[in-house]
Amino acid sequence: MSSPTSTPGGRKRGRNANPSTPSSEGPTSPPSQRRRGQDSSTGDLMPMPTSPATDMLSPSAPQDTSLFSSPRPSVLPNEVDMSSPLMYGTPMRGTPARQRPDLGSVRKAPQVDLQSEPPSADGAVASEPNAGQKLVIWGTDVNVGTCKEKFQRFLQRFIDPTSNEDENAGLDLNEPLYMQKLEEISVVGDPVLNVNCRHIQSFDAELYRQLISYPQEVIPTFDMAVNELFFERFPDSILEYQIQVRPYNALKTRNMRSLNPEDIDQLITISGMVIRTSQLIPEMQEAFFQCQVCAFSTRVEVDRGRIAEPAVCRNCNTTHSLALVHNRSAFSDKQMIKIQESPEDMPAGQTPHTTIVYAHNDLVDKVQPGDRVNITGIYRAVPMRVNPRQSNVKSVYKTHIDAIHFRKTDERRLHGLDEEAEQKLFTEDRVQTLKELAAKPDVYERLSSALAPSIYEHEDIKKGILLQLFGGTRKDFSQTGRGSFRAEVNILLCGDPGTSKSQLLQYVYNLVPRGQYTSGKGSSAVGLTAYVMKDPETRQLVLQTGALVLSDNGICCIDEFDKMSDNTRSVLHEVMEQQTLSIAKAGIICQLNARTAVLAAANPVESQWNPKKTTIENIQLPHTLLSRFDLIFLMLDPQDEAYDRRLAHHLVSLYYQSEEQMEEEFLDMAVLRDYIAYARTYINPRLSEEASQALIEAYVDMRKIGSGRGMVSAYPRQLESLIRLAEAHAKVRFSEKVETIDVEEAKRLHREALKQSATDPRTGFVDISILTTGMSATARKRKEEVAQALKKLIQAKGKTPAMKYQQLLEDLRGQSETAITKELFDEALRALADEDYLTVTGKTVRLLA
Amino acid sequence: MPSTHDWINNPLGVVPSLNDVPLHYLKPNSLVKFRCLIQDMFDPEFYMGVYETVDPSTKAKVLRCGKYKDVTECGVDFNSRNTVTAERQTFYCVPIPGENPWVKDISSSCHSSRVVPSTSYVPSRQKRSYEEDDDMDDMDTHPTEQHGNGDCKRLETEAPSSQMTPASHLDLNFPLPGEKGPSCLVKVYEDWDSFKLNDTLEVYGILSVSPALSALADEKDASSSLLDPAECMETAEEQRVHSPPASLVPRLHMLYAKTLPHNNPLLPSAPLEDNSAFLSSTLSEMASVRAELLTYLTHVLLGDALAAEYLILHLISNVYTRRDVLPLGKFTLNLSGCPTVASYTERFYQIIQQLVPCSYYLGMSLQNMNQMRLVPKKDYVANRLVSGALQLARNTSLFLDETQLEQGQLDTTGVRNVTALGNLISWQKVDYDFNYHQMEFPCNINVLIASEGRSLLPSDCQIHLQPQVGPATMEEYLSSIHMHPQASSQLNKLRIYLSVARLLDYSISDEMTKSVEDDFVDMRKDDPQSISAEDLHRMLVVARLLSLSLGQTSLSRDSWLRAKHIEALRRSRMEQHKCVNGNEP
Repeated sequence: MSSPTSTPGGRKRGRNANPSTPSSEGPTSPPSQRRRGQDSSTGDLMPMPTSPATDMLSPSAPQDTSLFSSPRPSVLPNEVDMSSPLMYGTPMRGTPARQRPDLGSVRKAPQVDLQSEPPSADGAVASEPNAGQKLVIWGTDVNVGTCKEKFQRFLQRFIDPTSNEDENAGLDLNEPLYMQKLEEISVVGDPVLNVNCRHIQSFDAELYRQLISYPQEVIPTFDMAVNELFFERFPDSILEYQIQVRPYNALKTRNMRSLNPEDIDQLITISGMVIRTSQLIPEMQEAFFQCQVCAFSTRVEVDRGRIAEPAVCRNCNTTHSLALVHNRSAFSDKQMIKIQESPEDMPAGQTPHTTIVYAHNDLVDKVQPGDRVNITGIYRAVPMRVNPRQSNVKSVYKTHIDAIHFRKTDERRLHGLDEEAEQKLFTEDRVQTLKELAAKPDVYERLSSALAPSIYEHEDIKKGILLQLFGGTRKDFSQTGRGSFRAEVNILLCGDPGTSKSQLLQYVYNLVPRGQYTSGKGSSAVGLTAYVMKDPETRQLVLQTGALVLSDNGICCIDEFDKMSDNTRSVLHEVMEQQTLSIAKAGIICQLNARTAVLAAANPVESQWNPKKTTIENIQLPHTLLSRFDLIFLMLDPQDEAYDRRLAHHLVSLYYQSEEQMEEEFLDMAVLRDYIAYARTYINPRLSEEASQALIEAYVDMRKIGSGRGMVSAYPRQLESLIRLAEAHAKVRFSEKVETIDVEEAKRLHREALKQSATDPRTGFVDISILTTGMSATARKRKEEVAQALKKLIQAKGKTPAMKYQQLLEDLRGQSETAITKELFDEALRALADEDYLTVTGKTVRLLA
Repeated sequence: MPSTHDWINNPLGVVPSLNDVPLHYLKPNSLVKFRCLIQDMFDPEFYMGVYETVDPSTKAKVLRCGKYKDVTECGVDFNSRNTVTAERQTFYCVPIPGENPWVKDISSSCHSSRVVPSTSYVPSRQKRSYEEDDDMDDMDTHPTEQHGNGDCKRLETEAPSSQMTPASHLDLNFPLPGEKGPSCLVKVYEDWDSFKLNDTLEVYGILSVSPALSALADEKDASSSLLDPAECMETAEEQRVHSPPASLVPRLHMLYAKTLPHNNPLLPSAPLEDNSAFLSSTLSEMASVRAELLTYLTHVLLGDALAAEYLILHLISNVYTRRDVLPLGKFTLNLSGCPTVASYTERFYQIIQQLVPCSYYLGMSLQNMNQMRLVPKKDYVANRLVSGALQLARNTSLFLDETQLEQGQLDTTGVRNVTALGNLISWQKVDYDFNYHQMEFPCNINVLIASEGRSLLPSDCQIHLQPQVGPATMEEYLSSIHMHPQASSQLNKLRIYLSVARLLDYSISDEMTKSVEDDFVDMRKDDPQSISAEDLHRMLVVARLLSLSLGQTSLSRDSWLRAKHIEALRRSRMEQHKCVNGNEP
């Protein structure tokens, strides 16, 4: 049994009976002494070794604690003990119980005037000592016996075959879950049993209700129950202290904002982000006083954070003779943690709320600032005192949560497990609505038109972005050495300034929960990746993550992509294909996940898009980077009347649409968001047989187009893009299978994008090599021709070891039927230099022999 | 209840305002009002809504109400079953940042004329009064000097000499540097979710300045309350911020509050629609007042009528709605070609200051950009939102003086500040820095950029000033501008005009929609390069503002043509300017 000591009443009795060390003295002290037991304890305590006084502030406090959590079994129950339902006496073979300050003595229940009870026994007093089975804990409807029994039954029988929690990994789901966990405890020796409240709820709703309403009474009962069960099963196991039950996942996970006075002293679970943690604070549990005159000692329990110093020594009746002895007082570890609402939970236009959480004992230092956590604990409110002298009180309570259980919500992300970190919960109705929507034949069009309605037309671009929002299926080929495949679709928008590219980016950034928005101009390589800085408080080096890492599992929107420095852009290479970020700086070497989709926007170099140039020439980005984009769209201003008219209508209506229409649209955005979240979480389409055939055909076709003109027009990367797009399209339909229609759409979209971005302005053909090698095949061919012509020209000149650069250019121009630009000439020279045929120094061209 | 309400709308009696009346002239626990901006929202707090006290001598138990109070009566019985815990929220409110002196003068003068004879204005809190014990004394150091605007005056006189700190130990967290006035902790009892950060409110509530609150802070230092779990964890900074001395930051228990659509004291406080008499009289005068304003501004803008026209449009612009991320109705004006002689921009700002209720001048000098805190930042140690200059009330005129910019390097802060300004202009939002993440707060700020060449910041509309005054006579001309005599009644007319024009509704009829579309298509047909979607956006805004500036609530053919006309004029001027001055960026 666990912690009789957990309630102060229990602890008190325990202490009285066995005042000193957990050694064997306890059992020997006669129960009769307990009522006035202080006398005896004085003597016992005297010879105890005194640790240095600094102990009070040292973290070694837990050792002190153990002094007080004297072995419960030593108490032989008499009728007074029986009066408390939380007293129980099965010997635990000396395994000490550990105090649970998380359940706390902070709250002091109204005092009860029962003669049989010491007045300080708080919270856990039986209403009628002798009423047998009907005993309930004062102020509650909890009957210890029944409660214990119920919980034991729960532990022994509860099976959750559908469990998919990571905590239960490695357990047999068809066996009682918690019995397996107890076994684990007996092996590992970590005496903490985490219990999912939802399990209790499904097993016994009444028990669950009691747990939520009276955690302070019920949890110790659970402790008792589990310890009885445990030591029955594993009589030989040795634990450091008795098992403590830590319930989590109480009720629904509540928003910090919804906490209200009704939740005080109840078990709650809230989520938030840790923003500050305090130093470790040794908190006094019991003060040890010693009389300066007669060396009589007494202990006083901390009551609501205060110690009532005894004014008179009860032994010698001297007044004000008692002095506090620090190193024999009992302390426990405590830490203040501040948590703040997660940004997602907040209504717009308000600032986040914060709540104070106290962590005790081994929960201290479990969380760090920046962690996203779910905290289960008991909500407390303590009145504030203005002034100890006058007793009028500032009428405000200080609230805090005594933490019982922490659960980091982003832990999974660190472990690299898949799926969204926060599983968005959908109501049945919502799922139904979403499924209805998905069943509509035009769902794809509907969704794409719901995307950024204020931006006119650009249907294909919106469709592309829609597919990007859904993303492909994540596949893992690490066994075969390929590593994991990228599932995210990367998109580049380029085009004239003022074609609402930024607006699209802003919209996407606002739509997705884990989006980041940066501007190429304002971001540096470290801002995108990660940087190491010295934490001003702890003076330690900490890794601060940048936009790409922060948008893991989300979308990183990068505006003004072209204005980025080369240096910065180079970090994108790794992210956009391998989806990881490697960092080696300031002694920190690590690889972070950056499974982010990139949505970038770039402006042409010459402020206006030059249709006579290729994409590469227009935006001046390295082709190595461009080939990592699945889709590259041009946002140009189409110039035809019908378009203009529709555009004008769209814009004008934008400016006078009424409030209701706005409202409607806003709903759309919420639906869209849920739809995407649902699909991303639950739908994992796989390729069907026909779809694979279709993909193969599509790829072969793409290769064929080029082969006719002697160039490669598709690479495996394009095939991968096609697969991703097809999968994303299947996700849009909520389909678990990728079918031919998905492939068709993927092909169409891919072709559209290529048509826009990879058309060779010289020939009018779509030429993938513009994007993959940075130069169209015709341009390359032309370059070769010029080089050959130049070589011929030089050879025709005969043996002249050196020529003038300008002269040569003019000669070539005179000879050639097409115009030779200076650039072309330079390139030809360079090609010949590469062949070691000649060398260019300044304005002279020398032949090499 | 109707009586309460009537009383508030029609303050027969006298609700003294914290804005005008120095704190020590106000009776504690009396009803006061406060015109303010919500600067920060603290965590909700639980208090004893109902509690029981026990008289120590007679043992008699009395039930008491804890609402609208900070401190309980003596002898609280903590274990009483009758205790009801209730919840309330605290807002940290500051006077509206950048409120111009004329607003303060007018609202306090029309106020005091009514208030003076009342009893509540008599300095009732003399030394002997119950609150004025020792805690208060150090604040009231020179009570004899404190009449009229004493409180402000004290801050005013002390602030420059002692840098605020020794006088108050406390940074009152005003968004703009050099602001003064009382800040206030407003306790809200219901419906606090309806308030948003940066809302401007007029709060009616009960003033609480109990010295017991300040005593708390002092006591803290004295007794190290390590053993008190409720108090030992709060850092000193947090204490200071969340429970500042009541004499410096009074508490106000809100009874009623209304969000202010404007803070122009010349306008009736009720919504315009409810005040048809006022509205119709103003509307009828609108065109003539506009002409007057145009003449005046033309004069100010060195005789450039077109720029003056655009300036009027800018001054009445307002973000009236948002479509997904796009704010509609904003009209950031970049006035380029400002003369750099004789501190023209500063004079110009002073004129604007005379016209609009709230404004702020931000000289974009390198030093300012590198050092100023523009974006509010959460300070987790003190647990408060440290304000920045961009935490402004709606419709504040932000005057960016780019002529102050000199060559040099922007550091990290500088780059961040410039980005923040750019975001403000393009999206009308400010990303507040919450250390672990950023949070986006929409805003509605009229940004006017005065620069020599084209501004480095984005803008909705750029117009290059064409002074009709020769450079030789510039100095002389400029010095005459400032002194331009304006009768205050005339100025008031202009002020009313600007505020009303901004509040008017606006619509476009179907026929007009059609004709605008036709126009657009025609224009594109002639020369597709000449007009883009962006241009149409701008023209629609210009047409809207032009109609409103004439007091018309729907777009007419004339206004549309006029909008097109002035846009064409502006564009041709830009072209011309580009040709003349080719090296301009």
